Amino acid sequence: MTLTAVILLGAFHGINPAMGWLFAVARGLQERSRDLLLQSLPVIALGHLASVALVVAVVSATGSLVTGTALAIGAGVLLVGFGLWHLLARRHFRWVGMRLSLPQLAAWSFLMSSVHGAGLMLLPVLTRMPASHHGHALSGGLLVAGVHTLAMFLTATVVAVVVYEFLGVAVLRRAWFNLDRMWAFALVGAGVLTLVAAV
Amino acid sequence: MTLWKPDPTFYPSPRDAAEAPPEKLAYVAAFDRSAERPDALAVLDTDPASPAYGTVVGWTDLPHTGDELHHFGWNACSSALCPYAPHPHVERRYLIVPGLRSSRIYVYDTKDRVSPELVKVIEPEELGKRAGYSRPHTVHCGPEGLYVSALGGYGDDGPGGIAILDHNTFEVLGRWEVDRGPQYLAYDFWWHINHDVLVTSEWGTPSMIEDGVVGELLLGRKYGHKLHFWDLRKRRHVQEVDLGDQHQMTLELRPAHDPTKTYGFAGVVVSVEDLSASVWVWHREGSRWAATKVITIPAEPASPDDLPDVLKPFGAVPPLVTDIDLSVDDQRLYVSCWGTGELKQYDVSDPFKPVEIGSIRLGGIVDRAAHPAAPGERLAGGPQMVEVSRDGRRVYVTNSLYGAWDDQFYPDGVGAWMAKIDADGFTLDERFFPHGDDFRGLRPHQTRLQGGDASSDSYCYP
Repeated sequence: MTLTAVILLGAFHGINPAMGWLFAVARGLQERSRDLLLQSLPVIALGHLASVALVVAVVSATGSLVTGTALAIGAGVLLVGFGLWHLLARRHFRWVGMRLSLPQLAAWSFLMSSVHGAGLMLLPVLTRMPASHHGHALSGGLLVAGVHTLAMFLTATVVAVVVYEFLGVAVLRRAWFNLDRMWAFALVGAGVLTLVAAV
Repeated sequence: MTLWKPDPTFYPSPRDAAEAPPEKLAYVAAFDRSAERPDALAVLDTDPASPAYGTVVGWTDLPHTGDELHHFGWNACSSALCPYAPHPHVERRYLIVPGLRSSRIYVYDTKDRVSPELVKVIEPEELGKRAGYSRPHTVHCGPEGLYVSALGGYGDDGPGGIAILDHNTFEVLGRWEVDRGPQYLAYDFWWHINHDVLVTSEWGTPSMIEDGVVGELLLGRKYGHKLHFWDLRKRRHVQEVDLGDQHQMTLELRPAHDPTKTYGFAGVVVSVEDLSASVWVWHREGSRWAATKVITIPAEPASPDDLPDVLKPFGAVPPLVTDIDLSVDDQRLYVSCWGTGELKQYDVSDPFKPVEIGSIRLGGIVDRAAHPAAPGERLAGGPQMVEVSRDGRRVYVTNSLYGAWDDQFYPDGVGAWMAKIDADGFTLDERFFPHGDDFRGLRPHQTRLQGGDASSDSYCYP
């Protein structure tokens, strides 16, 4: 059940054009090179992984200091707050520049995922993991981050290649559902559930 | 509130945008030269199936007088689909409308209404104190928000430059340039968005233009004659390209819409050597930028009796290329000769070898050519601001250049008119000729087409 959720969340991020597959497609189209597209995707996934792993590290460090209930309540409040901020604030991620080196692309992905709160959705999963042993929680958390990112990477690759080879970017006009707003609702929902389970 | 699906007027590529449905409305900036009555946004019906086709169907007076509306732009456009910071669920609904003389910037809402409605006024002090600029001119929606070029400094004559506005709140965020290098004069700007390159051009500072063209400055070759290339990401000046100081006033910039390309067209108003006008292509030459003259339009000899004072000593009419526009598919370039009263159509499929394939005469300092819809009327002014529909099939022109300059070149009155040309066959549409009292005594300048046009959107996908 938990593993399924982790994989589905990864797939959700993979499908979101803003999380990177679209950037990979654009880089490929710009240079008429599928190789460049395929090169870009692992780098984007790496940035995503770093963002998610950071959340894992923070949770595991915090978990070794406070009780499981306190951790869950903190996580729930954070999720609700972050989700509401995304829903209500009209700001969006800003970045200027199309011509990036691969390390810059990884940095872009890290920032984009972090601003999006990509790792936060793993909070409910992480707070429910046994926190008896600090090192154990960290490695378990990193496994979760890895599985999540792998799902994200595979989904993004399939979508990117299909759009690049067959559909074309015009599909964005019809199919680009506002995933960011849906994501914000989901964050709030997950936060509420975490809070309910904790108290 | 954001949308659930992308705004339908956003297109990933210029190829997709060329499939866009025809515009039903056109917004035209109109100003009162006497500054006694408010300037206005006039709305024209451009739907041939409508009974009101070719007439003014909407009108919004500004709250102040003396703004001198000139150019304007949209709050959002196809660049919202760009992959590095996509936000395509915003709406293209607000017009950002600078007053070139007053330095005020107005924001008008166009959604679900014909006549736009005022939602915000940015006072000259906000633009001045936050960005250090005055005389706002060109507006483009881009990666960091709204970019607005300005001709003058705040309290000082110069340098002119670019201010950044937040594209949600429309607050002035500040000056765009981090390092402006040798750039001092400003006018138009645009970019090669996928190459992180911004290009700017040069007209003159407020003191050089606001009381009309100054003969000594012109013959002294003091107006702008350079292109500037910038790093769009780092906001730094990279290189200037001097077209030669005989080429006075480098105005409109029309980069290729295809984001893989790195060339564009720039129009030059007049050469002080022979009164000719020219169009240049900028392009890469190794790792540097270069510019090549690809079109020269000669002056036409005329009797001094037919000429305004400013031209009598020369015995010729300069073409005065004051606007150019490139179709979204980068195949056609339209060149306005406001002095001779001519609109030229070029095939620019090879940008280095433009081929003139069409010409229309309307107005002109000497010709005063009439519109077929009113064959008895001698027209003043000439084709000036030119806008092309996204599908490239319709071309709109208006006839006023800039208040003080209108008066010099058309001292008996520039009048007011707008015309539409069908691009295939290059013929005037006899059903579309709002003129004279239709503009209620105001002079029409830039046109923006509903949903976007050839000079409004940037695309990140080829």
